[in-house]
Order: sequence, then C-alpha cells, then structure tokens
Amino acid sequence: MSDTSLRLGQTRPEPAAQSRDGAEIVLDVRDLRVSYYTPRGPVRAVNGVSFTLRRGEAFGLVGESGSGKSTIALSLMQLIKPPGRIEGGQALLDGRDILALSEEEMRRLRLAEIALITQGAMNSLNPVMRIRDQIVDAWKDHGEPVNGREAEDRIRDLLRWVGLRPEVARMYPHELSGGMKQRAVIAIAISLRPKVIIADEPTSALDVVVQRQIMQTLRRIQRELGAAVILIGHDMGLMAQFVDRLGVMYAGKVVEVSPVRDIFKDPLHPYTQLLIASLPSLARKGQLQGIPGLPPSLLSPPPGCPFHPRCPFVMDRCRVAVPLLELKRPNRLVACHLYERDEEQA
Amino acid sequence: MTTLLEARKVTKVYGGGLFRRDRTVALEDFSLRIEPEPPSITAIVGESGSGKTTLARLLLGMTMPTSGAILYQGKDLRKLSRREWRAFRRDVQAIFQDPYEVYNPFYKVDHVLELPIRNFGLAHSRRERRAMIEEALHAVGLRPEETLGRYPHQLSGGQRQRIMVARALLLRPRLIIADEPVSMVDASLRATILGSLLKLNQEFGISLIYITHDLTTAYQVSQDIIVLYRGSVVEAGDVEQVVRDPQHPYTRLLVGSIPLPNPDRVWQGERVLGRPAGELKPIGSSYCKFHERCPFAMPMCIEQAPPLFQTDPRRVTACYLYREAPAIEPEELVGVFANGHREQAAPRPEVQREGGAGGAGS
Repeated sequence: MSDTSLRLGQTRPEPAAQSRDGAEIVLDVRDLRVSYYTPRGPVRAVNGVSFTLRRGEAFGLVGESGSGKSTIALSLMQLIKPPGRIEGGQALLDGRDILALSEEEMRRLRLAEIALITQGAMNSLNPVMRIRDQIVDAWKDHGEPVNGREAEDRIRDLLRWVGLRPEVARMYPHELSGGMKQRAVIAIAISLRPKVIIADEPTSALDVVVQRQIMQTLRRIQRELGAAVILIGHDMGLMAQFVDRLGVMYAGKVVEVSPVRDIFKDPLHPYTQLLIASLPSLARKGQLQGIPGLPPSLLSPPPGCPFHPRCPFVMDRCRVAVPLLELKRPNRLVACHLYERDEEQA
Repeated sequence: MTTLLEARKVTKVYGGGLFRRDRTVALEDFSLRIEPEPPSITAIVGESGSGKTTLARLLLGMTMPTSGAILYQGKDLRKLSRREWRAFRRDVQAIFQDPYEVYNPFYKVDHVLELPIRNFGLAHSRRERRAMIEEALHAVGLRPEETLGRYPHQLSGGQRQRIMVARALLLRPRLIIADEPVSMVDASLRATILGSLLKLNQEFGISLIYITHDLTTAYQVSQDIIVLYRGSVVEAGDVEQVVRDPQHPYTRLLVGSIPLPNPDRVWQGERVLGRPAGELKPIGSSYCKFHERCPFAMPMCIEQAPPLFQTDPRRVTACYLYREAPAIEPEELVGVFANGHREQAAPRPEVQREGGAGGAGS
C-alpha cells in the first residue's frame, strides 16, 4: 500500500495510500470523466481529472465558470443527474471506489464519510423545519441516537462548535441570517464526523466579513475533526488564505497542482500565470490585465492543450498533443509542454 | 459650471413612513456631487444592507428620496421637464450586475445596441448606425463579427456585460453609474471589463460612479471612495488613504477581511480590532450604527451619531475616535474628493433649494 514512486499522471498502475512525501491519502481521484448530453452533443465537463487528497489537508480546486469544478463535487457525491453522466474514472475513498457504489451504499456513505456544503446550501435548509430537527433527520438516516438527553447534548455541542448559540436549535431557517444559516449547514455536514468535506463556493453569497468568519470556523473545525476539505471556488484570494495545496482547473482539466505558496510565488502553467496576474491587488494600483480570449467550448474543445488558443507561449506541439499532468518540479504537477519532466523526481 | 449630478441630504426610507416602527432607513442624509469636469471615478463600497443599491436607484431616478433631493444640472429630478428628463436619461447611463436581465432573449444582441441609437436619433442611416455600433464594440474589446447577429444566450456573461458597456458608450453619456458590474464575471474577465470602464473615463472623459462590495477593485479603479455602513457614510475620501490606511473601525474590519491572494499575508479580520465592547444600548434614534460590533464603542457613540470628522484635507471619518479633527457637514463631503477639491475655488452657481424635509439631517 505504500507506493512511494507514485506518479500523478493521468493513469496510475497501482492503488496508493501515500503520496510521495509520505502523507496518507484519503481520497484518490483517477481519470474522472463526466459529460452532459445536450442536443448539440456531449459537453465534456470533466475531462480526465486526477488528484489526491491527503488526510486532514485543505485542498483547493480553483477555476472559472465552466471549468468543471462543481461537476467534480457532484460526481464525488454521486449526485450527477441526467443529462449528465459519469463516464469513467475512479474515486478511491480509503481504497474503496465510491463511484462504483450502489445508490443505497452511497446514501449511507454521504455525511458519514463524505459531506458536501454547496454555494446555495443556506437555501437547502428545509424552511418549515427547526434546525434541531434537520440535524436529527440527518442522523436518523445513519442509525444515530435521535432522542433523549444524549441527542440534545450532541446538538448543543455541534452548534457551539460551529459558533451558534444553543437557542438556534429551536429556530427556523428564516430566523437566521445568511451567515448563521451557513453555519447551520456546516453543523449538519460535520454532524457524523466525515473524513472528507467538499465545500463548493461555501461563502460566495456572503459578505466579506461574514465570509472570513465562516471560513475561519470551517478551518478550525476541519483541524479539530482531522477531516480533509476540498474547497472549490473561483476566488484565488480565498484559496491563498485557506488551502494547503491548490489544483487549477481549465476547460474540464486540472492543469496544475502545487503547494499553495509555490503557485502564488511561481505559477508554472501559463493559465495560472495569467490568472494570478489578472488579480486586482491592494499592493499595486493601475494594473488591470485580463486574459485575452475566452475559454473553449466544451462541445468542441480544441485539439491539443485546451489553453493553446489563448496561450502566449504556444508551440506547434501544443496544437496537437494533449499535455499530461505530470511531476515537473518537486511536489508540483503541471500539464504543459513548456516543462521538461523532472526525471530525478519521477 | 453647473454640477452634473448631485445628491443633497438624501434619505430613503422603505416601509412604514418616517415615524412608523417597521421602517427601514436604507440611506440616511447622504450628499454627493459629481462635477462635469474633470471626469472623475468615485467608488461607493458597502456590504449587503449598506444602502449602495438604493443609492444607485436614487441617482438614476428609478426611485425618489423620502427627503432631500437628487439634482441633475441643479434641478430636482422630480421637477424635470420631458425634455430635461430625456437629456438626463442620455447623460447618465447605468450598468447593472446581471446583464442577462437587460436582454430580451428573443432579440439578437444587436437590438440592445440599436435601440438607444434609434431612441435618441443618433444615426441618420443604417450604415452610420452600424459604424457607431462597431466602434463602440471595438472600444470595449469585442469583435463585431463575433458578437453581432447572436442571441444573448450564445454569448458569455463577460461578453454580455461588455456589450452593456458598449451600449452605455454609444450614447456618449457624461456619467455612468455601474452597480456591481463585474461581480458575476470570472476573474480573468473582470480585469478586462474594469479596464474598458477605465478607458471610457480616460479616453472619452466620462465620469464613473462604481458601486461595489469589493474594496480591491474599488481601489484599482477609483480616485475617491465612500464607504457605507447600514445607510450611513462611515469613511470617505482619497482611495489610497482609505484603503491602505483605514481609520474607521468598520473600514478596518472590511479591509482586514479581504482574502488577499498571498498565502504569506494572513487574514487579519477581528484581530485588527479586538472583541466588540458590547453592552451599550442606544437611547435615542441617533447613534453610531457600528457600535454593537465596535471594540472602541464609548457612551457618546450611542447618544449621537458621529459627524464626519475631517482627519485630512482628503479624508473624512465618521467616528468619535477622531473627534479632535474638525467636523464637517455631510454636504461638504465632496470637498475632500479629488474633483471637488480642485473645484472649491470656483464660484458655484446658487441652486434653488428644494423642500426636502429638513428634519432628517439637522
């Protein structure tokens, strides 16, 4: 189980429970492919995505709209609905492929081992149920105690944990502010102590002050729980402040995965470079540099590298050969022909 | 030189009426002047509930103030003649958050560009109209051949928003009020769209009021900034000063909450402030609205709302921590702005005062 010669390319021969630097891997996503079938043809929303999640870490998946990041979240929860379809790949949660589970097995796994907090999660609360009953409902499904002192104590602890007063248990969602609702959603998500929490734009509907408070709460909980978090979003600032490692998505593919400091200090993929250069900063004024052009249509993606039509460093090879996500620097994966493979590392 | 657009001691109350209990004061005693020259960029920053969208609607004449007045070239919007209203509608253009709502899905995007030209009789022939549209599209970085003849759903959000900028440009307005123009747009396009707004200002001399929740883009775009908190101005003036060295505890909290795209600069948040002092209960109706969250709250904060203290020739802060500085009237706010600053010496034509329920401000 300790395959230390792990190469995080698009295909990997053996199951692995450890990353190259020895960290324990809790979730191993391999060559995930998801398409949406439209009248105009299949949209390849997730097109061969591989990444690993280490136990207890915060991993970010950043990308713009249409890059496939939310589809990954839904796939891992087996919540892809027609016309969408998971067409291939594996997602090994502690070695077990959760994409191959039956509906019933998956139902038991959700919340207990892997939980999802989404963008509109605040609106996913049932408006006519007290917060307490919504937590109890989640427990019922998983054979947890739902009555008596023990349940009440646990609900109170849970609310306190996410920074809510005990009275909130008896309240209805409309009595709570947006930030409090999102805290309640987090309480439900962590109520069964999952190993993996997927947070898909958990704060994009909130103001910056509340956003920061919620994210700091989530990080504290994550550490106390020892859970791994996949933070999905478009805000590079949020990623910089929250995650340990970051994966950058473009047009249904992961184009770069690195420790977050490395990405901001020395982005390797040209898309990452331009993305970081386009961020408005408080440090320097008067540089508003967008990325010219538009992301490709996923109905008919360009041959070769999906970024080649917008890439300032495009070479002939980029127009024909798809670059693989490979280890090109220590601890750094990038899918770009500009870089020679780091042979010593690989 | 007549002031192009002015908000004079504007208060907007929703629901109830002034003395009912269920009323919501969306904006309180707000004053701002936009001079025709030199072209300026003013950012208005606030979170939800700050009153910033109410302000946009007031400035555009989409809703009328409960007290105070909005004046276009010195005249109350409520008293404009048909002809003057038309001139106002042309001089002051709006760009909103979600451009999709502006489009009719059954018409090609050409329609939203042709309509203003027709309405205002800007072109004398089809050819001239087409040339104007193409020029405007080029100005915002769109290629006409990739844009015209398409339906709104065939374009990306960023393209649709840039078409709205092009549309605003067609009318050669003197002022554009942009309410969260890039908050629905991806980061890589955000810079492009803000860049085209800046270009309108620099190349076409159009003034801009940029309304947003995002301090970072406000900093990038504007010279002057107004920070609103629950309907009141908490801090205003030179953007460099306000954003890089915030004074008001709320502005400090806001700046400290921005997730900076730099893993080595850790989120500050409450750490810049400390815990709220708490325990103070306002007695009257006038108090600092930030007192409940403020670690520096003092008894005086709940007795009377703080006035604008001018802590610098180019900055005001509505906080008693700065009570040593001279207090100014809300109408004098514009005096700290880049464009108002230069203006001050010039004699201002006396504008007829409108009956705007004096009670609110004094």
